[in-house]
Amino acid sequence: MFSFIQHSKFIKLIIVFLTIIALGISIGFSVSFGAADIHLSVVWQAVFNFNENLTSHQVIQELRLPRALAAVMTGAFLAVSGAVMQGLTRNPLASPSIMGVTHGAAFALVVVMAFYPAVSNFGMTIASFAGAGIAVILIFMIGSFSPGGLTPVKLALAGVAIGTLLSSLSSVIALHFQLEKQLGFWMAGGLAGTDWTSNRILLISGVIGMLIALIISKSMTVLNLGEEVAAGLGQNTILIKIMGILTVLLLTGAAVSVAGAIGFIGLIIPHMTRFIIGTDYRWVIPVSALFGALLLVLSDVVSRMINAPYETPVGAITSILGVPFFLYLARGAKRGGNE
Amino acid sequence: MNTRKMRRMTGIIALLMLLIVVMFFITLGTGVVNISPQEVIQTLLGNGTDQQELVLFEFRLPRIILALLIGIGLAVSGVILQSITQNDLAEPGILGINTGAGFAVVLFIFFLQDSMNSVLSFFIMPLFALAGALFAALLIYVLAWKKGVNPIRLVLVGIGINAGFSAALAILQLKMSPQDFRQATVWLSGDIWNANWTFVLALLPWILIFVPYALQKSNTLNIMNLGDDVAGGLGSSVESDRRILLIIAVALAGASVAAGGAIAFLGLVVPHIARRIIGPLHQYTIPISALMGGLLLMVSDTIGKNLLTPMEIPVGIVVAILSTPYFIYLLIKEK
Repeated sequence: MFSFIQHSKFIKLIIVFLTIIALGISIGFSVSFGAADIHLSVVWQAVFNFNENLTSHQVIQELRLPRALAAVMTGAFLAVSGAVMQGLTRNPLASPSIMGVTHGAAFALVVVMAFYPAVSNFGMTIASFAGAGIAVILIFMIGSFSPGGLTPVKLALAGVAIGTLLSSLSSVIALHFQLEKQLGFWMAGGLAGTDWTSNRILLISGVIGMLIALIISKSMTVLNLGEEVAAGLGQNTILIKIMGILTVLLLTGAAVSVAGAIGFIGLIIPHMTRFIIGTDYRWVIPVSALFGALLLVLSDVVSRMINAPYETPVGAITSILGVPFFLYLARGAKRGGNE
Repeated sequence: MNTRKMRRMTGIIALLMLLIVVMFFITLGTGVVNISPQEVIQTLLGNGTDQQELVLFEFRLPRIILALLIGIGLAVSGVILQSITQNDLAEPGILGINTGAGFAVVLFIFFLQDSMNSVLSFFIMPLFALAGALFAALLIYVLAWKKGVNPIRLVLVGIGINAGFSAALAILQLKMSPQDFRQATVWLSGDIWNANWTFVLALLPWILIFVPYALQKSNTLNIMNLGDDVAGGLGSSVESDRRILLIIAVALAGASVAAGGAIAFLGLVVPHIARRIIGPLHQYTIPISALMGGLLLMVSDTIGKNLLTPMEIPVGIVVAILSTPYFIYLLIKEK
């Protein structure tokens, strides 16, 4: 379709450049829009010429800027997780929310909150990694025990089953320890309440996760041709898979511990990215990150706008965008096939 | 029907009935106020204290009967859906039919409930749920249609529809008053805590009409299970039978969901266990699934009610925890 784009490095760079500009504009819009609209010039001043006596500067520095940045990183991480999952499994429906990974992270968060209420933010992030890990391991176990491997439909059903099981267990624990409100937040997903600490957590795990993703991106392009081909070309497929899973755990875990279970970004964005710039994962990973960031920043603005002054869970917004896309992919699915 | 199998079925049905009766007395006796089995019998015979009579007749009895009926409805709905889609993993919950019904009920709570008296609303709510369930089923059928309905596509489209209705619900719920919001939330996780006799009366006719009808259609279902080609070859008008049976399955799911909330996975797991015990013939699987579904829901409700007293775990959550491991096992086995 866009083959002229996929063959020209120059056009790809232009797309990256344009996306960055769009992202910058949306961040500016996200920061200036809110209960009190703040003019963009004030936003500029608050960032580069901070005056702590002005309320509007305080609002921007303490509330809106961290929120917008958290949206950027969370969106990017979820999109990259999805891209890595789809690249590793060659399964078009693979993504953090469909596979129940986000539910796993939320489950671990509830367990930790119940038994160690004094847990620090850092501890919660670790728990979130572990929970994401549990879900991934469960899915891969189902895949390796079943004779036909993980077909798209089996992956989706396994994700539904594991997601339901983990979220049901979370509900029971939350009921017992009176954590329903926190659980409800993690399940619906939202960026309200993000501060600079959450940004620091996102940044640390993000840098590591993104780096690994970029390192294995070239190998993933080869892996996409089929495991036998990749092995024949001298790729260590097991090592790539382990590093890929590590990336997914770091990125999804960090995203869920900060913003809860936001669905469908990890599903849609990698497809869009591959559709536009092709299957070279050295491009897919960074461009997915940019697209994911843009989508979540915009969704977050919409979630604050449609029912102002109340916030709609941002997960509901991304689902409404994601469901038609999922249906489109589902219509193309055949028994056992990969595409 | 050969006589050996008939005898085996009679035995299993007798066992399930016995378990249901035992469960019935356990459930009647347990709760915030404990009542011993002798006292339960005394009270049922009309010799109990006022407090015992109130607890039993107004709270526990309708709840148990409702649980039984909902379990029957969902299990039979699952049996029919699995046969007509020739898909072992079809179920009203996974296909999004329950969430469709849920969406309609929440719309009803939001817009109409305050404008009518409560008794009337108990009878109207199942109709709304039915409309929502039918709408969801139609949507799935149309979206999965691509020169015929492929079972795999049906399930995937169902999962998508499910997610879509859930998101729409999340947005709608925020616009509700706190009281309506609570009602909707509890209801969506599958709950029968506010059971009363009116609900029982509202659900009963659906079960009494459609379950026997499905049983009477057993032979058609048996043939459908063999696949469209065989069914057509044997002279069965596949598509029209499929549509009628689909409507029955959706009606049973919709009515059950209206009474008990969105309880998922029960309709999937129970028919599997029934088939494993007695084989694929619907003359056997429908009655056994019905009883097992009723029993499973009674047990789940009792667990949910008593595990964390005084807090109640919504029955849908207990059902999910009990049945998803079996579902995962089925997934692993499935080729």
